[in-house]
Amino acid sequence: MELIPTFDFKSFLTAPWIDGGWESSIWIVIMGILVNTACGLVGNFLVLRKMALVGDAISHSLLPGIAIVFLLSNSRSTGLMVAGALAAGLVTVWLIEFIHKKTRVKEDAALGVTFTTLFAIGVILISVFADHVDLDLECVLYGEIGFIYFDDSLPLIGIEVPWPVLQMAGALLLVTALLLLFYKELLVTSFDSGLATSLGIPVSWAHYGLMMVLSLVIVFSFESVGAILVIAMLIMPSVTSALLSERLPNILRLSVVFAALYSIGGLHLATWLDCSPAGAMVVCGFLLFCLVWLVSPRRGLILLWVKKLKARGQLESPSLP
Amino acid sequence: MIKRSRLCASLALGITSFLVLTGEIHAAKISEISDSHLIEQFVRFFSFKDPSVRYAVLGSLLLGTCCGLLGSFIVVRKLALMGDTLSHAVLPGVALGFLWTMTKDPWAIFIGATIAGLLGTVVVHWIHTTTHIKEDSAMGLVLSGFYAIGICLFTMIQRLPTGNKAGLDKFMFGQAAALGSDDLWMIAIVTAAAGFLILLLYKEFLVTSFDSQFASAIGLPANFIHYLLMLLLAFSVVIGLQAVGIVLISAMLITPAATAFLLTDRMHRMLLYASLFGMCSGLLGSFFSYLGNSLPTGPFMIISASMLFTLALLFGNRYGIIPRKLRHLNRTHRIQIENTLKAIYRIREKSHFKEEAVSIQQFGEQRNLPIIEAEKEVKRLIKERYVTLSKSNLDEFNQSQLIYLTPSGWKTACRIVRNHRLWELYLTESAQYEPDHVHDDAEEIEHILGEATVRELERRLDFPTVDPHGKLIPSIIDLGDGHKAN
Repeated sequence: MELIPTFDFKSFLTAPWIDGGWESSIWIVIMGILVNTACGLVGNFLVLRKMALVGDAISHSLLPGIAIVFLLSNSRSTGLMVAGALAAGLVTVWLIEFIHKKTRVKEDAALGVTFTTLFAIGVILISVFADHVDLDLECVLYGEIGFIYFDDSLPLIGIEVPWPVLQMAGALLLVTALLLLFYKELLVTSFDSGLATSLGIPVSWAHYGLMMVLSLVIVFSFESVGAILVIAMLIMPSVTSALLSERLPNILRLSVVFAALYSIGGLHLATWLDCSPAGAMVVCGFLLFCLVWLVSPRRGLILLWVKKLKARGQLESPSLP
Repeated sequence: MIKRSRLCASLALGITSFLVLTGEIHAAKISEISDSHLIEQFVRFFSFKDPSVRYAVLGSLLLGTCCGLLGSFIVVRKLALMGDTLSHAVLPGVALGFLWTMTKDPWAIFIGATIAGLLGTVVVHWIHTTTHIKEDSAMGLVLSGFYAIGICLFTMIQRLPTGNKAGLDKFMFGQAAALGSDDLWMIAIVTAAAGFLILLLYKEFLVTSFDSQFASAIGLPANFIHYLLMLLLAFSVVIGLQAVGIVLISAMLITPAATAFLLTDRMHRMLLYASLFGMCSGLLGSFFSYLGNSLPTGPFMIISASMLFTLALLFGNRYGIIPRKLRHLNRTHRIQIENTLKAIYRIREKSHFKEEAVSIQQFGEQRNLPIIEAEKEVKRLIKERYVTLSKSNLDEFNQSQLIYLTPSGWKTACRIVRNHRLWELYLTESAQYEPDHVHDDAEEIEHILGEATVRELERRLDFPTVDPHGKLIPSIIDLGDGHKAN
């Protein structure tokens, strides 16, 4: 068996929809779009605040929160999981700030120490109490977007909708509603916290609120894409859109488009290469980023090179008046 | 210091080669040992009878040293998260290294992973310099993008006929027990190389870490040093894969170094401490993972390192939270006592030192405190043996307690008043302050001035006797014996 199957454009386009049964494919795509959109929307504000790696930190440190809740309750209820995740997220943010402010340790090191410690605690809990914690490390690392469906589903207007998709849709609705509701506050606090303070917007509330929303999004995306790949879902749509536009509303819209592209492209890639769908979505996102980076009409590399060449040409043959 | 670390390095190398040469090659897997008693396990672990234990311990010790040394530089350069990025970015390299030979050949994986890691740092640099994307986003992008490529490759390898048994997933969280002699040699070589390069280029590393512009100005190749450090970092990440795992190796770089950063201000000491902490966490981590048969090593090493960090954070002599809080409380306490003594001095001064005793009422009025508060303050002084109390028996209706200064109380009071007034005089005479502007300043500095400074002030002001407000400055004689000549 070969590692990389031969590339056939027609089968690349059609394979997910013919061979494997289009039903599971469509749910994977829908789930992917939901996850990517929710993460992408929140991620925009993280990137603006230069907190991209805080997303990384929280996505790792939710693990002990979830593990402890599962362990104590011996169940797998969604409400408890969300509560554990929110608590873990807040503890992480608080710990990072505490170490950073109370000691001479810089913010980056504080972040690194905090999330690795919490993640290590989570991994130990899961591997020691493997029988009691319904969560495996494979899922944390790779994500299981490919085969969590149809375990239990809910009939909804004649269609059997898998439960995780419903949950994710709910989370996406909630996140979108919250972001729309507090859009102005988030915008001002992200760009100019001094102005925000003078306008009477509680900056630290906005900060902690955003962190709560982030924890919420991550905990729902956790099972589908895993703790590490979720960072890509947070950062990539936003960063790629930022290469194409400079207005935040446009960037937000573009990141939704990219979220959908990642999901569909990822599925096709995964079917062709027969690899992890979550990983393939991120690879697709990374490739799209590289493409945009190269050809973006505003800040693309090609544009940069052309400008450089032109400038050099002007230097070599100065035209006299 | 340099001598000491050279000694340490050669010692470590010596022990390594000794153990490798004498150890049997066919190591029993740690997980096969079925002792259940804790003490037996403990003895068994620390007697180093099993070759696999020996490998695990040596590997962890050396790895801790290496990570501590390199981590110190990335922590002071505020590049801590570059370690994290690098460690995730090596994943596709590991997979490609595996595909190259189709076995878990450490050298192929080493080369593949190093190339992938370096490529990751270069891409971060490119994104950062050619676009307006901030560095943290660029790092997140590369981290997750490369990691995803690695994940895809891994899942593709797993469906190959040989892939299932490859055990590549051990690279995720590490298994020190699976260290082979090849791995050990690699760890030893990288550690030795890192130690050697840091010794050789210590000055260059130091200057570029703290002031890269200055380094460029004096002609040091700052960029070269940066990429050399990145190369060494990539090496250390790669050698840590087997023992600590991809996900947590960055913590081995950051945490011991951050712990050392809490304890010292000198770079060479930081290097020494960080490598010691790294060794400790490595040892403890491999021990704990030995106890719980075949648990992953990485998380336990990180937990050990984090425990050390927490200890340093709380109790570290200079920057620890508790000692600092205690020092702060101590200082506040002392300042309060000194202010109380000063108030008593002022009251006595009003009567030209004719009245030996000061009543609590008087004291309360002077300090603007209600009687209860005033009594509390006086109790503090009694505890420090600065004053004694006695009941006045002059008037039974207006009974009040009288405060008497002890010799040491008197001396301290004189010292503080002297500091205060000399400073006021100094500000008016030498700094042309207005006499009514100097009090607040003196109120702060009086608690800090040391005896030598005060003598110097006195000398400069030509041994004055009165302050700008016309009050007498207590002289050095007042500090010597117990009583002011009145």
